[in-house]
Amino acid sequence: MNAIIVSALLGVVMMFSGIFTTNKTIIKNIATVGVLVLLAANLMEMYNLFSFDINTHDLIVTQRYGLFFNCIAYGATFIYLVLSASDITEVGVNVAEYFALIFFVLCGVAIISSFNGLLMLFIGVEILSIPLYILTGADKRNLKSNEASLKYFLMGAFSTGVMLMGIALMYGATGNFGMVHNAGIRGVITASQQPPYLLVAGVLLLFASMSFKVSAAPFHFWTPDVYDGAPSVFTSFMSTIVKAAGMLAFIRVFENQYMVLGPTWHIIVDFAIVTTLLIGNITAVFQQSVKRMLAYSSIAQAGFMLFALYANNTEIAKEGMLLYAAAYSLATISIFAVLIKLQDYTLDGFNGLAKKEPVLAFAATVSLLSLSGIPLTAGFFAKYYVLAGAMQAGGALWLIIVAVLLAAVSVYYYFRVIQAMYFKAGDPETLPISGGFKAALIGVAALIVILGIWPSALLSWLYF
Amino acid sequence: MIPVLLLFIPLVAGILGFFIKEQKAASNWAIVASVVTLLTAVIGIYAMPASMHQFEASWLPNIGASFSVALDGMSKMLVLLTAISMPLIFIATRNNNYTNPGVFYALMLLAQSGLIGVFISMDALLFYFFWELALIPVYFLSSIWGGEKRIAVTFKFFIYTFIGSLLMLVGILFVYLHTKDQSFAWSSFTNTDLLSGQETLPFILFFIAFAIKMPIFPLHTWQPDAYEQAPTATTMVLSGVMVKMGLFAVIRWVLPLFPVASSAFAMPIVILSVIGMIYASLIAIQQDDIKRLIAYSSIAHIGLMAAAIFAGDTLGLQGVQVQMFNHGINVIGLWILANAIESTLGTRKLSELGGLATKAPTMAILFVVLAFANIALPLTNAFIGEFLLFNGLFQYNIWIAAVAGVSIILGAIYTLQMVQKVLFGEVSVVTANATEINSYSKWVLIVIVIAVIALGVYPQPLIDLTKDSVNALLVIK
Repeated sequence: MNAIIVSALLGVVMMFSGIFTTNKTIIKNIATVGVLVLLAANLMEMYNLFSFDINTHDLIVTQRYGLFFNCIAYGATFIYLVLSASDITEVGVNVAEYFALIFFVLCGVAIISSFNGLLMLFIGVEILSIPLYILTGADKRNLKSNEASLKYFLMGAFSTGVMLMGIALMYGATGNFGMVHNAGIRGVITASQQPPYLLVAGVLLLFASMSFKVSAAPFHFWTPDVYDGAPSVFTSFMSTIVKAAGMLAFIRVFENQYMVLGPTWHIIVDFAIVTTLLIGNITAVFQQSVKRMLAYSSIAQAGFMLFALYANNTEIAKEGMLLYAAAYSLATISIFAVLIKLQDYTLDGFNGLAKKEPVLAFAATVSLLSLSGIPLTAGFFAKYYVLAGAMQAGGALWLIIVAVLLAAVSVYYYFRVIQAMYFKAGDPETLPISGGFKAALIGVAALIVILGIWPSALLSWLYF
Repeated sequence: MIPVLLLFIPLVAGILGFFIKEQKAASNWAIVASVVTLLTAVIGIYAMPASMHQFEASWLPNIGASFSVALDGMSKMLVLLTAISMPLIFIATRNNNYTNPGVFYALMLLAQSGLIGVFISMDALLFYFFWELALIPVYFLSSIWGGEKRIAVTFKFFIYTFIGSLLMLVGILFVYLHTKDQSFAWSSFTNTDLLSGQETLPFILFFIAFAIKMPIFPLHTWQPDAYEQAPTATTMVLSGVMVKMGLFAVIRWVLPLFPVASSAFAMPIVILSVIGMIYASLIAIQQDDIKRLIAYSSIAHIGLMAAAIFAGDTLGLQGVQVQMFNHGINVIGLWILANAIESTLGTRKLSELGGLATKAPTMAILFVVLAFANIALPLTNAFIGEFLLFNGLFQYNIWIAAVAGVSIILGAIYTLQMVQKVLFGEVSVVTANATEINSYSKWVLIVIVIAVIALGVYPQPLIDLTKDSVNALLVIK
């Protein structure tokens, strides 16, 4: 509960801070401290020190797992703000509002990690999404940003409709908004051999709309355009923390719901994984713009995260989801932080970066190695855990082999950036880079390596 | 404790090396670090009790992976090879100049650390870690300091090996889920509840990774290009030590883990290896570039070792281990010569060379001895190794041994042709002003040549070093 209340309050605080001061640095600092406060509040609940006691009639149930996910999301947001807050203040004039919207998104994250019923899921997903439509269009004078925002909004609204339809059908079949482990619904399934068609249709619609939210194929079409059009700072936020939260919602809502689909479930998830991996990886190979490449890469990474969905409920897959969220967020936030500092987002724009800004190039390299899943970086263990989870759950070996082969494809496009930075000559123009920024980048790189050697550093928090 | 030291001396030295800016200083630093590693290895292997040869620490207890390293019979030989190779390489190429020398030598030392890690890990996940980590420094070394086509060629090499290692990872996971105690330890891996029919799949997954690394025909296409384009010092590491990773991994991980599948697939693999030997030898005859010639000759030699491993005979296995060491130092010698010729004369083309025997007599003598070792003439170290290998192959299948024997003749053809074109014949325009090779290379070559002859006359120390490992393998079988 703490996270939901504090993040909502902080959002309001940020909104009003815009009235009292126009000093960007102050606003930025309030937001950064705000995230720390939020993190502290969440930790307090995690360690049973203090929590708001509100009777939600079981609509919200906080669990260690969800609270820990909040910590990862807020920790990643903190790193994101440290690296990129000053770039957020450059996007437009209404600086305070951007931060306010970010806090509202974090409120959505908190709801998603603790919902206990389809109604709260819906509210959480919407609280998460609506601020993003605005942030995407934050660069008001840029046509691409406007287009992206409109596209995202229209398609997002449509997918919301689909989700509501699904929830309504499920409600119709079962008579309540609970999830499958709810006794009432389980009764409906087991009473008749074949679950009612309404329920099946509802679950399928829910699957489609959740796929949309995490940009899993074949509902990924909005992703490249929106990620490309949105101001880069916000793309960074959307493609990491928000995406991980969406994935968490996906996994939590299907934790038991998959039973409704019976054996068809695996066919559907197999299809989603393979197409997502294929489309993400293969299309990314052909991109000339690094920003667009990262958009496709985020589709590809979603494909790997879907393995956690595939392996529903195995311990290792649940841990893997957390690790994946952390590893992927850290790496992508840091590579976007570097990207923002460059004027030219094409591959050639990275030429010779290692000579000019060795620290930036080094941090970007560590991030890219992590994204491609090379050992000694967090990305390796993230991939390892989700794949091991899928295998433990009796997953088909062909699916895993396809996944690792496509991971080898991903090396191709990630390494092209490394090649541009280190092996090609050029003189890239960069925005002014402060010493603090470099130190923070090195810190993130160190974190990626530490998680790559010793993932228990993160995961043991789940239990202690 | 010794294996940990062997791992961390080059690692720490490498990390510190990044901060050295000056050429000579960086080179000295690398030489000192590698000599210290060598001393540690020699003292550790010969003078320390066996209790010092193992180390185990907790790493990821919840998934059953531990930091477990050991210097056992299988790894001693290759650790020794790695430790000896690096100082030889650093000294022989001391006159080469690099941009950013500190980074170059640092990456070389990191590669050494990764290689030693591959040889000593007794935990599958740790092994996988080092398997990849040995690759990353080499990727940067070749891509930054290599030849004209370096970026594309090295990338091909990288992707090839990376695909292989990802498949191996799936294999590791598969075996892991079948271990009795959910552990990655080598001892658990060799003692799984896999039924003999279930071995096939993980065997293939593991073997592809190692076959790419060796490389076995038809997965060898990355190799000649990579050898040609990499800076010579890196090529020495690649062909002297790194290709042995594949052979070693088969002995350590494939034979004991999948004995049934290994013998079931032995015939096709032996045949592929022999095809590769003949094929590589035939191509080597046509080569005009010294580096490419040595690269193809190396494929032929590795093919023989791969065939002998799967022919599965005690003596043959011992021969493979002996030969891995011998091939390592011999091929490094040949690369040193190629490097010396290229850096003094500016060409590697056989057609442009000639008559160097009169211009550089010392080099000519060293060259000829190494060439003889490359054809495995008696009195050179390669003889005893190849003898054991062919003996194993002969007992496995006489026809295959006969076909493989043709490669000896082909080997003599391309090697002697190279000697002839480089050392004898008319003095060409390029070689008119040739001088003796520099003293660093010369002394390293002299050391190598002494080793070639000494181990050729008295190979017993090498054979002793491998004995317990082969016995251990037979126990498992």
